[in-house]
Amino acid sequence: MIRFVLRRVGLAIPTLLGLLVITFVLIHAVPANPATALAGDDATPAQIAAIRRKFGLDKPVYEQFGIYLGQVARLDFGISAFSGRPVALDIRERLPATLELTTAALMLAILLGVPLGVVGAVSHNRWPDFLLRTLSVGGLAVATFWLAIMLQLLFSMQLGWLPLRGRLGLGLAAPPGPTGLLLVDSLLAGRLAVFWSALRHLILPAVTLSLGGMATIVRFTRAGMLETLQKDFVLYERAAGYGRQRLIWIYVLRNSVVATVTQIGLLFGGLIAGAVVVESIFDWPGIGDYTVQAILTGDYKVILAVTLVIGVIYIAVNILADLALAWIDPRLRSE
Amino acid sequence: MLVLRKFLRDIPAVLGLAIVSAVVLLAVFGPLIAPYPGDITAAHLARRLQAPSPHFPFGTDDLGRDMLSRVILGAPGALEVALFVVVVALVVGVPLGLIAGYTDGWLAELIMRVTDVFLALPQLVLALALAELMTPSLRSAMLALAITYWPYFTRIAFAETRRLRTALFVDALAGLGASRSRIILAHILPNAASALIVRATIGLGFTILVAATLGFLGMGATPPDPDWGLMIAQSRTYLPGAWWYALFPGLAILIAVLGFNLLGDGLRDIVDPRLRRSR
Repeated sequence: MIRFVLRRVGLAIPTLLGLLVITFVLIHAVPANPATALAGDDATPAQIAAIRRKFGLDKPVYEQFGIYLGQVARLDFGISAFSGRPVALDIRERLPATLELTTAALMLAILLGVPLGVVGAVSHNRWPDFLLRTLSVGGLAVATFWLAIMLQLLFSMQLGWLPLRGRLGLGLAAPPGPTGLLLVDSLLAGRLAVFWSALRHLILPAVTLSLGGMATIVRFTRAGMLETLQKDFVLYERAAGYGRQRLIWIYVLRNSVVATVTQIGLLFGGLIAGAVVVESIFDWPGIGDYTVQAILTGDYKVILAVTLVIGVIYIAVNILADLALAWIDPRLRSE
Repeated sequence: MLVLRKFLRDIPAVLGLAIVSAVVLLAVFGPLIAPYPGDITAAHLARRLQAPSPHFPFGTDDLGRDMLSRVILGAPGALEVALFVVVVALVVGVPLGLIAGYTDGWLAELIMRVTDVFLALPQLVLALALAELMTPSLRSAMLALAITYWPYFTRIAFAETRRLRTALFVDALAGLGASRSRIILAHILPNAASALIVRATIGLGFTILVAATLGFLGMGATPPDPDWGLMIAQSRTYLPGAWWYALFPGLAILIAVLGFNLLGDGLRDIVDPRLRRSR
């Protein structure tokens, strides 16, 4: 198992390097030259040359790439133009909020999606199956930003059940916890009012974000279950008198989730992309909201740093998904 | 004919085809169908933000423009972007996948590594970064989406080519002295086409969704374009009062994307009978 882990992590290194090359090329090969962008439209050629020297843009490309690698290794992404603070600091402060939101959405998608997929497969071609199939195709067709606004309209503006935006109610301070995840920190600090407020603020964004992933999980779980249900061992176990519920929810399900788990890793990319939109609509102070602000102000340093961070998270999550698969299905370890 | 009959029995797929046809018809004949075709640019402040009524079934926006007309007139733009992105992605991605799949060398290796890196990033994030660096406009958005979408087709073309490369009929062709380009273009490509068409159909719906998101974030269409995503972004100032302003463009996106997805699923069932009725 350790060798498998090492090999899988090793496979990610070329991808990571490629990611660095792409973000580097993005800075340098883009029509809007960063030096001109920094100097402003009415800069003289001498001023532009000075800026080029200052940021090392006059050096050969491979040398610039070396400098860039060094900066990334030191987590030095420069100063954000709109917050006036180091980009790395901004990202570190905002990352827990995004992780809390995406994790909650992923949990919701898995905890509802897997059982619904099982129900769909078991009731194959009867009405629960048709209903679930329609809903899961529909779930993939909804625009996240529109769903977010519709939920706000209904549950916050009309019914007033849930807060409209933000992560915490007015007048409540976030506990200075170890994780940065409000739900965890508030419990650790024993502050139930903060926990309750954080939970209420989390519901709408997490539900919005989870829908697309849930639809995918339902589809893949259902497909996997249908395939496994045809297998001989199911027939054998039924004949041997195993209880139907136990058979379906344990033996068949465990043999059906391979495709689903792979998808969950891939889904995370969609979740982060969705978080960009969802966070900006719900004023959720994470890196998605940060990205949108950076886009609106044209802060390319922030955009590139966020692209890199998201890429790294995505690669890491997919490694985790592969490891989970190897744990579920021992055959995959020996490949 | 058997294929056609099989398709017609698949109710969701037929529904998808009907929706796609309707969207295409609206896109082509929109200016003739829309009750107020001039409302792309017109402004009638006297009747701004009116709730849906027999006169304006979808209500009016903050400039008094008929929302029904604007939703209809948004169809050509959405389809145009989706077609451009998917066609460019096909033209770039498929040849690369065929080359990488049929040959074994540094070129094949390079192509697949680059593909992996692109696929290791969420498309929306990469497209946002690209569009931003190219100075935001509808053209930048379309280019950024195309640049980030081709790897998906490279992957499929690669997998299909690898599968077919060792097929007996390919060996036979090579034995008969068929040239490499002839084998790839005349024999492997047609066999890989069905998988690519399925993906392209779903890709059209997906691109409508991502393009609308770019429009919503202000990275795509610019006012006064009747873009569905942009309309929803503009409506936010007038909520919760003018709910119809946000509701109908979103429904248009939902229905259009749903159509392409249902059609794509149906096509996949026909192409791959093994998956029939399972996904």
